[in-house]
Amino acid sequence: MALQSLDIVRRSATTTAPPGVREAYTGTVAKLIDTTKCIGCKACQVACMEWNDLRDEIGSNVGVYDNPGDLSGESWTVMRFTEYENPKGDLEWLIRKDGCMHCADPGCLKACPAPGAIVQYSNGIVDFHEENCIGCGYCITGCPFDIPRISKRDHKAYKCTLCSDRVAVGLEPACIKACPTGALVFGTKEDMQQHAAERVEDLKSRGFERAGLYDPPGVGGTHVMYVLHHADQPQLYAGLAADPHISSLVGLWKGASKPIALAAMAFTALAGFFHFVRVGRNEIDERDEAAARQALEAAPPHNAPPGPGAPPILNSPHNPNPDKRP
Amino acid sequence: MADVTRREFLKVTSATLAGSSLALLGYSPTSAIAEVREFKLARATETRNTCPYCAVACGVLMYSLGDRSKNARASIFHIEGDPDHPVNRGTLCPKGAALIDFIHSPSRLTHPEYRAPGSDRWQPISWDDALDRVAKLMKQDRDANFVAKTPEGLTVNRWLTTGMLAASASSNEVGYLTHKVIRSLGILSFDNQARV
Repeated sequence: MALQSLDIVRRSATTTAPPGVREAYTGTVAKLIDTTKCIGCKACQVACMEWNDLRDEIGSNVGVYDNPGDLSGESWTVMRFTEYENPKGDLEWLIRKDGCMHCADPGCLKACPAPGAIVQYSNGIVDFHEENCIGCGYCITGCPFDIPRISKRDHKAYKCTLCSDRVAVGLEPACIKACPTGALVFGTKEDMQQHAAERVEDLKSRGFERAGLYDPPGVGGTHVMYVLHHADQPQLYAGLAADPHISSLVGLWKGASKPIALAAMAFTALAGFFHFVRVGRNEIDERDEAAARQALEAAPPHNAPPGPGAPPILNSPHNPNPDKRP
Repeated sequence: MADVTRREFLKVTSATLAGSSLALLGYSPTSAIAEVREFKLARATETRNTCPYCAVACGVLMYSLGDRSKNARASIFHIEGDPDHPVNRGTLCPKGAALIDFIHSPSRLTHPEYRAPGSDRWQPISWDDALDRVAKLMKQDRDANFVAKTPEGLTVNRWLTTGMLAASASSNEVGYLTHKVIRSLGILSFDNQARV
């Protein structure tokens, strides 16, 4: 199904290029989360569970409205509530729907060592294919937003799919459809940027001077964007990354370390070859045999004599004490 | 390192060689092809209904197994908002979005139950028995307490000892009929869950 409706543009741990003739000429898709319209009802969380057939364990109250307290293999989106006292002394209740951002340059995909466990479609969706997942958790390290989670049930990584199965047949994601306040909107990325611009203009006229769109360029832009009242301080929204970048560890692991490791392996093989040519094998000569016999005879009496089938003790190739050699 | 005899060493290496050769020849199990999840509503039966919870009365679409052919037993497996409904235009609140678990809840009441006065437990009864009992008690109470005229001689035709609470998830037509039935009996204590 995927191969006809959603063309794969990138595939984890794969060096061969996927078919690349078809492109998303009519635009990529995006989800816009307007935090200024969100009332924190969690209909999106429920719709996500319902559509994706997920039922997380019933947890306990974590002291705030966040429920569940964090993302998990069975909870792909959670509302994060922040109480913020602004400089005027007023309380602002900042509510952010957290989940996969569907980065244009996905750190999870770059960090993933399992071929085909993470793919990126031409429409912008970054999807996990759990049948290929080995459960290593590198995607969590690679994610600048700390989104993927390893399920405790099957030890595979899960996250929001942007309802790729709905989008594949032309529908909007389940969370978008449910949202009763219209805080969640779905469409082409261009349309979402335009919608966000209108929202930002409106917010600025209402006194939110710093309102803006969150579409971080550090990860090539995202296919899940936020409208924030305080776009200059995204970290106010439960620690939303101000300038997200893929960890340099991922670059090191998937970039520089690969040729270095290859070079080290080649050098080892080459060194072995030259050692063989120049020095040759370790061979046991008469002197070694003699030394071994001597050592056997000189062995203390509490050492049981070796059985008839046991090989003779030869300590010469790695003789720890070469001075003993006769 | 355990002792490895020459024979064992040869066994292991030849088995490895044979295994890897077979894999390279294409006898290895093929990996699963990555694809998005199949769209689960493709040919499911879509039925319109109204959310039973609050007075907003959002429209919902219920998707059930099968195409309603004679031998297919329908069972609802997904519910989402009705985009054509003027009230919610496809959206739902968290309770409405969770309706599927309400339908399949193990504690859902699927038949009438009766608790006798003074009893500490409910007992299942048939719909016929339940409706008969309700009708009988209503008639009894109405016969005893119906007021046709006040002591001053004013015609009121009222029945004040029984009330009616109607559900919110009703169409205009159902609301009209409910109103007519209740008012024609003389009931004045008449309310609707839509007031919550």
